[in-house]
Amino acid sequence: MATITLKDVQKTYGGNVDAIRGVSLAIADGEFIVLVGPSGCGKSTLLRMIAGLESITSGDIAIGDRVVNTLEPSERDIAMVFQNYALYPHMTVRQNLAYGLKNRNTPKDEIERRIAKAAKSLEIEAFLERKPRQLSGGQRQRVAMGRAIVREPVAFLFDEPLSNLDAKLRVQMRVEIKQLQRTLGTTSVYVTHDQLEAMTLADRLVVLNGGRIEQVGTPIELYERPATSFVATFIGSPSMNLLEIKGGSSDWSAPPAFVNQPGTASLGIRPEDIGLADGSTDNNHFRARVRVGAVELVGAESYVHGSLASGAPLVFRVAGRSRIGIDDEVEVFARPESLHGFDAAGRRL
Amino acid sequence: MQRVVFPNKILPYVLVAPQIVLTIVFFFWPASQALYQSVMREDPFGLKSGFVGLANFSAVLSDESYLNSLKVTVIFSASTALLSMGLALLLATAADRVVRGQTFYRTLLIWPYAVAPAVAGMLWLFMFNPAMGTFAYILRRNGFYWDPLLNGNHAMVLIVVAAAWKQISYNFLFFVAGLQAIPKSLIEAAAIDGARGTRRFWTIVFPLLAPTTFFLLVVNTVYAFFDTFGIIHSVTGGGPAKATETLVYKVYNDGFVNLNLGSSAAQSVILMAIVVALTAFQFRFVERRVHYG
Repeated sequence: MATITLKDVQKTYGGNVDAIRGVSLAIADGEFIVLVGPSGCGKSTLLRMIAGLESITSGDIAIGDRVVNTLEPSERDIAMVFQNYALYPHMTVRQNLAYGLKNRNTPKDEIERRIAKAAKSLEIEAFLERKPRQLSGGQRQRVAMGRAIVREPVAFLFDEPLSNLDAKLRVQMRVEIKQLQRTLGTTSVYVTHDQLEAMTLADRLVVLNGGRIEQVGTPIELYERPATSFVATFIGSPSMNLLEIKGGSSDWSAPPAFVNQPGTASLGIRPEDIGLADGSTDNNHFRARVRVGAVELVGAESYVHGSLASGAPLVFRVAGRSRIGIDDEVEVFARPESLHGFDAAGRRL
Repeated sequence: MQRVVFPNKILPYVLVAPQIVLTIVFFFWPASQALYQSVMREDPFGLKSGFVGLANFSAVLSDESYLNSLKVTVIFSASTALLSMGLALLLATAADRVVRGQTFYRTLLIWPYAVAPAVAGMLWLFMFNPAMGTFAYILRRNGFYWDPLLNGNHAMVLIVVAAAWKQISYNFLFFVAGLQAIPKSLIEAAAIDGARGTRRFWTIVFPLLAPTTFFLLVVNTVYAFFDTFGIIHSVTGGGPAKATETLVYKVYNDGFVNLNLGSSAAQSVILMAIVVALTAFQFRFVERRVHYG
């Protein structure tokens, strides 16, 4: 168990391509941190730098109170779960689990004990003698987890470990990973591009964009108080509506306190915070007339995709099956406390 | 296997005909001739020949010089295959680490493959000829009495090195391709698992290269058996004192130089049987231990 501290970490490829532009982050002991962001944001690079698979251009990475900048991956006492699992195809499951321990000269009976324990908790005892290619995707995933667990490292690193699984299995494994991490209490860093996975797994989320941290916080903090318009649109599905404020708008109205605040450039409203107006008028509400373009029924709720008179798109949620038809014009509203204002640089006001 | 049904009855036969014709003309016909010759004996003037049953075979197999030739072949083939594959693997792993100029480095290493066996042989002969070879001179000056023309072991070393040198390029290409086919994440996983340098190589990389290694083992064995005739012919001519006379060379020597066609044919039949048996053995026993990804 250990903390992981990143101090102004930078990574530059070939002298001019900046992959990571100064990331500082303190990960507490036993914390589950999820790095999330669009592809190319540097999240995998950052994880690989913690693992020691990529060199650090400048800055410091410390695991516990040891600066590990130049240490070999094997000396950092971390374990990593890869996207393609990276199981050794020529070894049985048992040999895969034992490999890392053998390399560290762990006594034989200790290896046996740890494998038995890990196999039991992951329910992979039945295929310990099989080769990886004889396993299904979900089973391989468990073995990859097992290989990390038996090492009893100070930290787990996960590099999009669920992206090769089908949707149902992904949800199941997500829950299992979370439970396992909670039981073991091992510091974990998890990389994903799937914001739903990020929200459900993380103790704290780190949203990365273009090699920089946009925001760090608990999932609920990020959801309720996104620090930037990037985080606002990245977290949540469907993503937050962003309406540009240009002088006075004719096709929607918002609380004057909001629109008139100096510097406000855009207004964010989550689809789930918008409702159909019931006829009453309240100056303090956001209001707009929307022409419906499409209605998506996703089960318990529907998402209505429409556009304002100016052509700006607006998505909102209606509970249950909606009676709204395409090309209908409807009046919608949102409460003032659910509005998010951003300045021209995308910072929260 | 997928079954393909052709609507036309004749077309499939036309399509395979070129391959069949080639095989018949260049394999089955000569092979059957060899089988026929191996049970015949020519009279000294080549006027008539008569059936002698298996007499040629029993003569060959009880001939001490044939058994010597068998021993020479085993030593030569095993050393050539091991040396060329070992060096190729070493160069390939080195090339795999080169970041810049990899293509250039690889191109340089592929060149020897384009050199004809006889030319390769001459090259090495010139370099190591005791009378005029540069390297032979260096060896002698340093107190090593190098003479492949008189010392059988030296001659053997020389043809092994020449034959292996020519095959390194070929093996190198396959090893490089094999190394590149190993997923990078496996190497990284091994690095995190604490396996470094040689340990990582022997426990992860080498086992994953096994399909390539096995394929090359078969190819190199066949190469050492058959395709090295040119090198032996130009460098040592089977000498000194038959120290480098391999089975193939003896077939040539007995048949075309000594004109003992019956014995030569019997030898080539035995040789064919040996190679078939060896390849079958490799597939039966070695391949079992090979893991195909």
